[in-house]
Amino acid sequence: MTNAPPAPSPEPPRLSHAQLFTGFLSAGVIGFGGVLPVARRMIVDEKRWMSQVAFNDLFSLCQFMPGANIVNLAFAIGARHQGVSGAAAAVLGLLAAPMAIVMLLGAAYARFGTLPLAQHALAGLAAAAAGLVLGTALRIAGPIFANRRNIPLSLAVFALVVFVHLSLPVTMLIVVPVSLFLARRAA
Amino acid sequence: MTNILVTLTLIFGKLSLLAVGGINSTLPEIAAEIVTSRHWLSPAQFSQLYAISNAAPGPNVLITTLIGAHMAGVTGGIIATLAMILPAGILVVIVSQVWETYREARWRRIIQAALLPVTAGLILAAAGVLVRQADTGFTLTATTLLVAILAWRSNLHPLWLLGGGALVGLILGT
Repeated sequence: MTNAPPAPSPEPPRLSHAQLFTGFLSAGVIGFGGVLPVARRMIVDEKRWMSQVAFNDLFSLCQFMPGANIVNLAFAIGARHQGVSGAAAAVLGLLAAPMAIVMLLGAAYARFGTLPLAQHALAGLAAAAAGLVLGTALRIAGPIFANRRNIPLSLAVFALVVFVHLSLPVTMLIVVPVSLFLARRAA
Repeated sequence: MTNILVTLTLIFGKLSLLAVGGINSTLPEIAAEIVTSRHWLSPAQFSQLYAISNAAPGPNVLITTLIGAHMAGVTGGIIATLAMILPAGILVVIVSQVWETYREARWRRIIQAALLPVTAGLILAAAGVLVRQADTGFTLTATTLLVAILAWRSNLHPLWLLGGGALVGLILGT
């Protein structure tokens, strides 16, 4: 008897425009302080659009590409299933409601933002938001710094932006070739 | 009005393709353009708009929506957002297809390894810039540090941390 042929990797079902729209809509409107956690749960655990491995693969690319990571992910998944119009459906689902909400909040800020009470609350909110970014940055940097070679390069980028005030493109032009050279030697 | 819309499109269209590592790591660049060179917002206004964009649900590209809306109303908000997401989005659709094709290639793994430390440095720099803009006293600095530790080490929902920060500002500011 021959061995059973390896199970073909199941072809992921083709998602409709409506599924793309509502899926990203549901992730967008509950994604306070960042959509990545809820989007990952929706795509991998709840709706099973992709395996965890496939998700990580695509998301790492979206992180390295310019643009907002999650918006890029919506573009890529939408296009994979329904081409250009699928990308539009996914991105519109992700962004339409949050954009409306944030502009309402912004209008409220323009109207009431100068009141002392609002000023104090917003100062606290901004301090907390800065802390959130710092905490998330540490979370992201942790596994990257597990490879010690990465630390000096990261610190160089940090110093060039924060202390030398170089613009991003100039910083990248300086650091990326060095980083590519080191990565190539290590590979 | 039309002038402003064109300017918004040009600024954010350019930033879109420079936003490597996500919007957060591009914040210093956005702040340099909007606050330092154009004086559209004060540093305090910028960090507060950033905080508002964080308090709303949705991806952090919403900071561009708020800057656009601040300059040119709802139309400005929509135009600025589209300018920020479209160039990068089109690029990612094309590259993700190439990336998929060369999944196992050596050059792909080298590029991935080379970009990791850059990404980490950029995100840390974004945090550094925000901390400097937001923290104008002992209480606010302490709030930032506490939130950073909690966001780093615990799984508390960000909404609790933001709400807590606003509450600290209210109680200690008055």
